[in-house]
Amino acid sequence: MTEPMSELHLNSYRSSWWKRHQAKITPWLFLAPGGLFFTVYVIAPIFQSISISFYEWDGLSPATYVGIANYVELLDDEQFYVSLWNNVRWLICFMAAVPVGLALALFLNQTVFGIRLIKSLFFFPFVISQVVIGLIFTWFYEPNYGVIAPVLSVLGWEGWAILADEDYATYGIIFAGLYPQIAYCMILYLTGLNNISADQIEAGRLDGAKGWSLFWNIILPQLRPATFIAIVVTVIGALRSFDMIAIMTQGGPWGSSNVLAYFMFEQALSEYGYRMGYGSAIATVLFLIMLVYILYFIIRMYRDEKKGL
Amino acid sequence: MKKLLTAWATMAGICLSASSFAGTLVINTDTSDPAPKKAFEMIIKKFEAENPDVKVEWNLFDHEGYKQSIRNFLNTNPPDVANWYAGNRMRPFVKAGLFEDVSDIWAQGGGWNDGELSSSMAHAQKSMTIGGRQWGVPYTYYQWGVYYRKDIFEKLGIAVPKTFDEFVAACAKLKENGVTPITIGSKYLWTTAGVFDYLDLRVNGYEFHMDLTNGKIPYTDPRVNAVFDAWDRLVKPGYFIENHAAYSWQEALTPMVKGEAAMYVMGNFAVAPLREAGLTDDQLGFFQFPEITPGLPMAEEAPTDTVHIPSKAKNKTDAKRFLIFMARADVQEEVNKILGQLPINSASAVADDKFLKAGNEMLNNAYAMAQFYDRDAPAEMASEGMKGFQEYMVKPERREKILQRLEKIRQRVYK
Repeated sequence: MTEPMSELHLNSYRSSWWKRHQAKITPWLFLAPGGLFFTVYVIAPIFQSISISFYEWDGLSPATYVGIANYVELLDDEQFYVSLWNNVRWLICFMAAVPVGLALALFLNQTVFGIRLIKSLFFFPFVISQVVIGLIFTWFYEPNYGVIAPVLSVLGWEGWAILADEDYATYGIIFAGLYPQIAYCMILYLTGLNNISADQIEAGRLDGAKGWSLFWNIILPQLRPATFIAIVVTVIGALRSFDMIAIMTQGGPWGSSNVLAYFMFEQALSEYGYRMGYGSAIATVLFLIMLVYILYFIIRMYRDEKKGL
Repeated sequence: MKKLLTAWATMAGICLSASSFAGTLVINTDTSDPAPKKAFEMIIKKFEAENPDVKVEWNLFDHEGYKQSIRNFLNTNPPDVANWYAGNRMRPFVKAGLFEDVSDIWAQGGGWNDGELSSSMAHAQKSMTIGGRQWGVPYTYYQWGVYYRKDIFEKLGIAVPKTFDEFVAACAKLKENGVTPITIGSKYLWTTAGVFDYLDLRVNGYEFHMDLTNGKIPYTDPRVNAVFDAWDRLVKPGYFIENHAAYSWQEALTPMVKGEAAMYVMGNFAVAPLREAGLTDDQLGFFQFPEITPGLPMAEEAPTDTVHIPSKAKNKTDAKRFLIFMARADVQEEVNKILGQLPINSASAVADDKFLKAGNEMLNNAYAMAQFYDRDAPAEMASEGMKGFQEYMVKPERREKILQRLEKIRQRVYK
């Protein structure tokens, strides 16, 4: 007779425990699946990759511990410096996507007949796969039959093979990479422009702001979130530039258009590579570079949130 | 309840009997291109017809994807037979103990056959041997050499060059007449290795070339420099097509089809696209890469495709039967008719084709056969080496620096 009573008692105790902690536990429960996958597929591989970088391993035979030998070799590898320098070029030149995207967004942000159609045409490069863009641009650059060959020959650069020129191949690829990236930044700015408060523009106008000063003092500050995201995606896009290089030059001619991401792939996973340790060392360096940048932005974001921006 | 149990028992019985059925032979191949695919369809059909107790299970992989997947399946889910390539390309798998030693198939009177293999395929045995043992069976190869526009040569009164001096003179004459002497597409690097291999085989010979690709000779050696001296005679006067680093090997065929270029140092697979593009056998010719060092035995470039037994294979008995079957003269003859390539077995007949016949004659008289730089040298050395060759062909003045870089890599790779 006493048993069911205690059961009941226990049940009510349980539910009250749940009730008491519900608010605290629920967010963790919701985060759990995501957190689990993030740990297994992102965090763990980072550490795994760092640990592999201290080994020499071809992926088949047992790995041998070599200490920091991979990093020492990396510092003595010309290809590493070429790739690093190309990454810097990518970072700088890729930034052009942000102002150009903004300019296009401002231009398209008007209400005239058919603007929706025009806008969607400008979205197009973003929709096309990077691989396709890379392939098409390779054909553009083709020295004899490519579409820009006649233009170049008028300018006196007959048969100039941009992608086979060690000094210009990287710029050729960056230019192709900018094509979708500009569209991406433009989309970000267009959504930003939708949310601009008309009142502030009105108020600015009353205070005599127009043209450049209206844009600089009233509109651009309101686009701050869009600018922030545009810069973030562009920097990340530049650092992980891989598909364009793989499809357009494979890092060539003789490695002169290589970047760290492709260099890593070449060493660790390509047909001629399978140096897992060395590839991991490159990955670790790339990770550290990204980390500096990511930390900077996380700190900035944290401060902004504190200020309530 | 009892019914359920019986059902379970029957099912388990079925599973057991399926997995212990000895006559299943699992074959993995990368023959996804039309002709190789057809060839393997034929092989398997023929093998099954001859061996009714064996059921072949064939997994066809994409040609490019296979290079990755073989590394996985040899360990995790090994077939009984897998195709691959000869030379150093198989070295990583042999070293990792993933390929089965099949020396008994090769050995004279090895019990598996009548000992015919080591005589009829003796010329290919070197390229299947690592550490004194054989690790697979070759079934097809093709020749490399110089493909040229016969009609242009005839129009300009140029004879087929037998020596390097004649070859250089032919280049000079072609260039004078506004024809690019040699076309090449070096974007994907490997075509440059064909030129390097031949120059080295002709300047220093087969043994030296093998020592070089096995890492026994420094790249700064004067004999390696001699190869580049010969190469200089073609690169410095601009006998190779301009902008070759921008073209794939197929794109570099176009000038030859148009008659703007006259020669191509290539493998026999270039013949098919050239014919498709409209060149007739009267316009297109083939000659052996000319002699450079007089009296040196002529070795040729002949990349070989092979079949192997993974060491973790389940059905090794039937796998060996399959390998012996693949080595047979009549099988190789039929396979290579479909592939448009050359059989290894010297008892096989060759398809009635001008280029195959020329190649077969050349290879049967060859002193030895190189597998191609990226198969003879280990992968890491090959990739850096070919980058260096490409750079040299565009910037010949950097030779010194390039060779020093390659030497640094050699010391690391072969330590």
